[in-house]
Amino acid sequence: MIGIPLVVDLFFIWFPALATVFLSFTTWSGIGGLKAIHADGVQNYVQAATNYPPFWPAARHNVLWLVVFLVFATPLGMLFAVVLDRNLRGGRIYQSILFLPVMLSLALIGIMWELIYSPNFGLINNLVGRHGNNNAIDWLGNPHLNLWAVLVEACWRQAGYVMVLYLAGLKAVDPTLREAAIVDGAGAWQTFWRVVFPVLRPINVVILVVTVIESLRAFDLVYITNGGANGLELLSVLITKNIVGQQSRIGFGSALGVVLLVISLIPIITFLVQQLRQEERR
Amino acid sequence: MTTYTPALERSLPVVEKAQKPRVTPGRAAAQVFMISATVLWFTPIAWAFYTSLRSYDETSKYGYLSLPHHLTFMNFRNAFTQGNMVHFFWNSVIVTVPAVIITLFFASSVAFVLSRFRFWFNIPLLIIFAAGNLLPPQVLITPLYRIYLTVHVPTFISNNGLLYNSYAGLIVINASFQLGFCVFVLSNYMKSIPHEITEAALIDGASVWTRFWTLTLPLCRPALAALATLLTTWIYNDFFWAITLISSGNKRPITSALASLQGQYFINQNLLAAGALITAVPTLVVYVLLQKQFIAGLSLGSSKG
Repeated sequence: MIGIPLVVDLFFIWFPALATVFLSFTTWSGIGGLKAIHADGVQNYVQAATNYPPFWPAARHNVLWLVVFLVFATPLGMLFAVVLDRNLRGGRIYQSILFLPVMLSLALIGIMWELIYSPNFGLINNLVGRHGNNNAIDWLGNPHLNLWAVLVEACWRQAGYVMVLYLAGLKAVDPTLREAAIVDGAGAWQTFWRVVFPVLRPINVVILVVTVIESLRAFDLVYITNGGANGLELLSVLITKNIVGQQSRIGFGSALGVVLLVISLIPIITFLVQQLRQEERR
Repeated sequence: MTTYTPALERSLPVVEKAQKPRVTPGRAAAQVFMISATVLWFTPIAWAFYTSLRSYDETSKYGYLSLPHHLTFMNFRNAFTQGNMVHFFWNSVIVTVPAVIITLFFASSVAFVLSRFRFWFNIPLLIIFAAGNLLPPQVLITPLYRIYLTVHVPTFISNNGLLYNSYAGLIVINASFQLGFCVFVLSNYMKSIPHEITEAALIDGASVWTRFWTLTLPLCRPALAALATLLTTWIYNDFFWAITLISSGNKRPITSALASLQGQYFINQNLLAAGALITAVPTLVVYVLLQKQFIAGLSLGSSKG
């Protein structure tokens, strides 16, 4: 019963993950079979860091993506959840609409926002009166602006996602805890930070993990916008570019993959440690 | 028990729940905040819909930010036929339906073993599945791409004899990638089912299969329904795997076909808006009918560890 699923998981997930590490120390164009793989030491890594112009911008963009999620999108989603948890009138409507972007594919989100950002036809430029051919703001074309523009799109979705996760956690908090805090004279602010927030530690960790993973996985939005170039480079896009298409530099692409893998191990291990601790307590 | 100071944040939800919510500055501020956020959040969707309902002639004459003279569904009709949407929708069905079924079947059998037996390998297995699900897909893509070009499969599975550029290949990777999450959720769910139920059946001489198929799975129906909703949406929305592992445009499911649609309708924003919104229809159906299931699925994955 576990044989086939395990083999499938190992072969299609873990084998490629480990093969990425192995291939990153080799050169291979994919032609000439496995025999054409040559060991190459850490050359790919050296190349990426010193002789591959898009690498550092891409790494910077990934970091920026993560920071924006951490300081803006995720806290905003949590704030939505905390406010909605107070049973506001109309709360269900608010929740449904804020959640709507989570249902849409990122590709679709990218296209919808093009209608907002388009230099001549977009909503924003028309609203601010900057749609003439000369003074139009090119939100998605200007390399100084486009990453921020795309980050707005990403936050639009991420906040709703975090909201739903957090709301589920908040609903599960034992109401007597809050009542006790209130009887003891704590205000809403204190009750949340001193009582509710610490109790929600497990879900806080999950949300942190989700935030980091989502920002490492970012791909679809920049790809649909302009293929991930000209200010929208991300590590995920560079990896894809190096293996799919005419120029296949498998070893090099793998080295970039390992960079992503190593970073993603941090949230993965955080998550596992927490799970195992809970497992032990059972 | 309530001595209200009118000050902000003194209105406490727990106290008030039974009574009618009183209007306090805190609540008023919360309402203003939520209304503005909701309006802001809804704008992109409303704008896309508005654009799609207007004819190209009208918007090129009066501009996009103008009151409508005439609203029409023509763009939807044109996008649907010109974009060959039926074909791409069908591709999505071919990939999504088997992938969801396979994932759920595999995941529930693994979860059953993990939750009902005590083997030394339970914890390592859980780690393998749970961690695999968290890897960014781009970490796997380089070797996976080569594997897909190398592995030969019988032609009744894939026309070209390879996993690359085949529906089968896409189904397999979507199923494997989602497997970890479902194993994780289902094994937690099964652990919450009392052991006595299966133990009683064991004493009655029920086989492992009976205990799994006729006893445990029906009890997991809520979790399975929630996961099925979640998986359908996720796999339908998949973009990355289809873009990298399917090379011919006409084999792509509709979400990834959006990329080429975008090039095709580049000059006509109204048509593009309509075409893009059509692809959202299945997820919007889920959103309207199964939102509870979807949210339940997400919460199952995050709350009870």
